[in-house]
Parts: sequence; structure tokens; C-alpha cells
Amino acid sequence: MSGTVDLAIIGAGPAGMSAAYHARTHGLSVVLLDEQPTPGGQVYRGIATARDPRLDAILGKDYAFGEEIYRRFAACGADYRPGSTVWRIGAEGLSLISTGRSDDLLARRTLVATGAMERPFPAKGWTLPGVMTAGAAQILLKTSRLVAEDAVFIGCGPLLYLVAYQYLKAGVAIRAILDTAPRENLLPAAACLPGALRQPGYIAKGLRMIAALRLSGIRIHRNIRSVSFSGKDRLDTVHWRDKAGEQTLECTEAFVHQGVIPNVNMTMSTGCRHVWDEGQLCWRPELDAFGRTSHEWLMVAGDGGGIGGARSAALSGAIAALAAARDLGRLDAGAFESESAPLLAARRRDLAVRPFLDRLYRPLPGFRVPEDEEAVICRCEEVTCGDVARAVGEGCPGPNQLKSFTRAGMGPCQGRLCGHTVTETIARLSGRAPQEVGYYRIRTPIKPVTVGDIAGRTENAEQGAEHEQAAAH
Amino acid sequence: MFRPLDVTGDGAVSIEVEGQSRLVPMAPNLAAALLSAGFSPFRTTPAGAAPRQPYCMMGVCFDCLVEIDGVPNRQACLESLREGMRVRRQRGAADIGEKGGTR
Repeated sequence: MSGTVDLAIIGAGPAGMSAAYHARTHGLSVVLLDEQPTPGGQVYRGIATARDPRLDAILGKDYAFGEEIYRRFAACGADYRPGSTVWRIGAEGLSLISTGRSDDLLARRTLVATGAMERPFPAKGWTLPGVMTAGAAQILLKTSRLVAEDAVFIGCGPLLYLVAYQYLKAGVAIRAILDTAPRENLLPAAACLPGALRQPGYIAKGLRMIAALRLSGIRIHRNIRSVSFSGKDRLDTVHWRDKAGEQTLECTEAFVHQGVIPNVNMTMSTGCRHVWDEGQLCWRPELDAFGRTSHEWLMVAGDGGGIGGARSAALSGAIAALAAARDLGRLDAGAFESESAPLLAARRRDLAVRPFLDRLYRPLPGFRVPEDEEAVICRCEEVTCGDVARAVGEGCPGPNQLKSFTRAGMGPCQGRLCGHTVTETIARLSGRAPQEVGYYRIRTPIKPVTVGDIAGRTENAEQGAEHEQAAAH
Repeated sequence: MFRPLDVTGDGAVSIEVEGQSRLVPMAPNLAAALLSAGFSPFRTTPAGAAPRQPYCMMGVCFDCLVEIDGVPNRQACLESLREGMRVRRQRGAADIGEKGGTR
């Protein structure tokens, strides 16, 4: 048991690092807990390790922005604890395992900056070895310099094209790109183009990547309407349907992607209010402009509060840090106002591109709620779309009851990989809105821990209490 | 099959995989090392004994679960590579008998 800190931050991506720096600037004591061994989050993974010119050339310039955030964070005096898995979070503090040791931490404010995850891709066969997310492929490239030859890239969204583009620059052969962005998204997206062009950099970068991929001679199939995977013990064939009809391609690696969604597991476990975002098709915690949730003690910054990308995440972290300083009485109203205003304006500008991207890469309903009865929705417990449909037919009213009906959401991932699909599938089948259907109730521990871990925590707490008693006597 | 982008000279680490001593390439985490060594599957599911390999590489999917030094349900993508670590494929439900109770 350590003493009470002003601000506990969970996650060392752009939001968490930036929040730590700004909170320290205003004199707050800060502990930053991160599951990974080095800072950067997913977007700036490996930012603290020595630069490698060949890898830099493949990954591109955006890393420089991350380096600036990292540099300031590294010098800010926050108590940074990598390799820390937080498995409980509550008003009274949080519990974690840090490099094999159980610990509790008391904090006046907790800032969740756990970022995004890729939207589930619940197609038939998506559980086969050989199918992984585009983000996973990029992590292997970024941090381990590992690549797979002749992979098929499937889905849509900036990250999919970015990873394909990085493979292209690395000289790794790509078997094909199956682009699922539907043509009918163009019109609604076009309506948001004027706003998006206030941030021309993003659009230019996207166009540059897409043009390079088209010119490269890689096979690109567009307007894909459905996808499935087959193979015995690992992937050997990808099947899809487009205007040319049913098609197949043999491959041993498929990288799938349908955009990113907030990783809501931790915020959901606190019971703070969440809303279904119809524009981004995801759950997100309900936040004020500064990242405050419906719990006084809990704040959220970065993509975990709604998808905005790395730059907005860094700005959100800074804004939340100011709000924490204000709420803890370390910043007067005038200073808070004058310091937060330019950050809020910068974030508004950066987010201008978002409605365009959200509409252009809005996944077709069939990629969110499987059309195939045999498609697995819950990977852990292998619950299929047909199983969910039967349960709803038998009167199962929502995600929590679905657990008893089917065990969906009760495996080790605790619903992370099926929660959104389950919400949307039940909503579709029962003709209700996702908000009304709700999400799984997420319970502690939110990461797998051993009984020994929990006992270790109790022992530490008891020792602490004994010390306190001894001191009182 | 994943392969290194180029020869880096990062070296190799000796670990025990399924009871056999193996040299795996140095990597920032166990999952990456096992993938590049061609280890497959990482586990089989408790529900249908289906083979699995890492899906997300960032700690959310839990398909990279393996047994490490006798402790089951460890996320290989979040475990640092350590010389001599004992890795076993996790078949079906985790064995949380006497092996799993301690760290």
C-alpha cells in the first residue's frame, strides 16, 4: 500500500503521457500505470527505444509527434510503473499487479487512458489461426520487425490502408486487399468533406497511401459485401462476395480491420454512465468536455472516451489534467479557463476530420452482426450468431441474461471481443435500440489474476494496517 | 508464417517450449517470439478444443494464453521473454489445481 496520490493514470499512450506531464506541471503527484513494458501505447509503441532508420522509413513521420510527447513525459517526474496490470478500479482506489507484485493504490482522481481496440470482425472462421487484426500485424512489424509474406488485407479504415502501405514500403508482398468500404458511404461522407478539409493533412496522407497501393499493382477488390474464412487447423482460404459474385483466394494469413472502438472494459467495470454512439457505432463513457465521467473520482482521456486519434488523445489528456488540477483546488478558475481554452480549440480543429472518416468507413451491418448462423460471436466460449438468435427467440432480453443462456461473454476476454457484437445483434433481433439493450455488466477482477495475487494484496494491506496500529499504540 | 524483416543480430533466447529446449529470436514479448518460431497453436479452447493463435497482440483477445512456469492463463503478448522460461501450450480449460495457485 502506497500513500494517496493526486492522480492515478492508467495507460501510457498519447493521452496518458500528456496528462501526466500537464498534471505534474500543476504540481499534482502522479502515478502512471501501464500494462506494457515501455511507454507509447499502441500508436507509439516502442517510442522510447533506440530509433532504427529502416523501420522509421517504413513507419513514417507521425512518430516524431509521439516522441515529443514522450520526451516531456519522461522528464516530468511522474511515478511511471510499466508492466502494471490494473485488475480493480473504484472510488476507494485501485488494485494492480506490478512486475509480479500485488499492490493497492489510493488516488484522489483516476484517469483512464486505455485507448481503443479494433472493432470485432465476427465473420465465419475468424477464430482460425492465421486470421489476426491489421493492428496486430502492425504491432509485430513495429516492435518485432516481423512480417508475413502474401497476406490478404480485409476490411476498411485508415489503419488497414496504413499497415498495407507500410508493408508495401517494407517490400513485403501482399496477396490482395479486400476493401469492404461500401460505395453507398460515399454520399454521406461527401457531405462532411468541407469540415474534413479544415484538416487537409489527414486527407492528403490518406490519399497518398491509397494512391500508392493502387499504383503498386496489388490486387484490390472493392465493395466487398461479405467475408468468411476456412481451413482445418489454420486458415487456408478466404471467401468473399462482391458484384462479381462469390470468390475465393488461398492464403495462410489474413489481416482484418473494421475501424477502432473505445476499449470500455475498465470504465464499464466502474458503473459510470455509458452511451451508445450511433455515429461511431460503439459504446463510450459519457463525458463532459474535460473528460469527467458520471463518477466524481473518475476521468477518461483519449480514444477510450470516443475515437479521435492520437493528436486529439494527447490534447484530451492535457485537458483532463487541467480539470483534475482545478477539481483538486490546484488551479483557480481564471487560469483553468485560459489554459484549457486553446487546448479545447485545438482539439475541435483536429476532430474536424472525424465525421468524414466515420461515415466513409462505417462498416456495413453484415460486418457487425453476422449474417451467417455459424459465425462465432463470442470467441472465448464459441457462441455463434445462431446461438444468440435462439436465446433471443426464447426470451433472452439482454447481454447479461445472454450469459446464462449461452455463456457468451463469460470467457477470459470478459466480453471485450464480443460485447459490441452482442449489443448490436440483440438490438437487431429484438427491434430495439442498442442503448436500450445495453452492455455486459463487467465485474472485478477485470484481468486474470491468481488467488495468490489477491491474497498478496490482502497481506500487503494487512501489514499496512498492522503498521498503522503499531504506530497508534 | 511470420519472418523477420531483415537480419538484425538481436540474438536468440533459450526457452523451454513443451518440455523441449528451443532457441527463439529475441523479441519484445513472448507471443512475437513464439510466432516467429512457428509455434502453433498457442492454445485450444475449453468449449470446442479449437486451435487458437494471437489475434490482437495488445492484450484484449486472450487467444495467446499459455502456461508459463506452471502458471496457466498468461497472456503471451504481455509477457517479456526471459531466458529459461518454461512455456506450455494450454489445452482446453486451464489447470488451476496446485500448479496454478501460486506464482
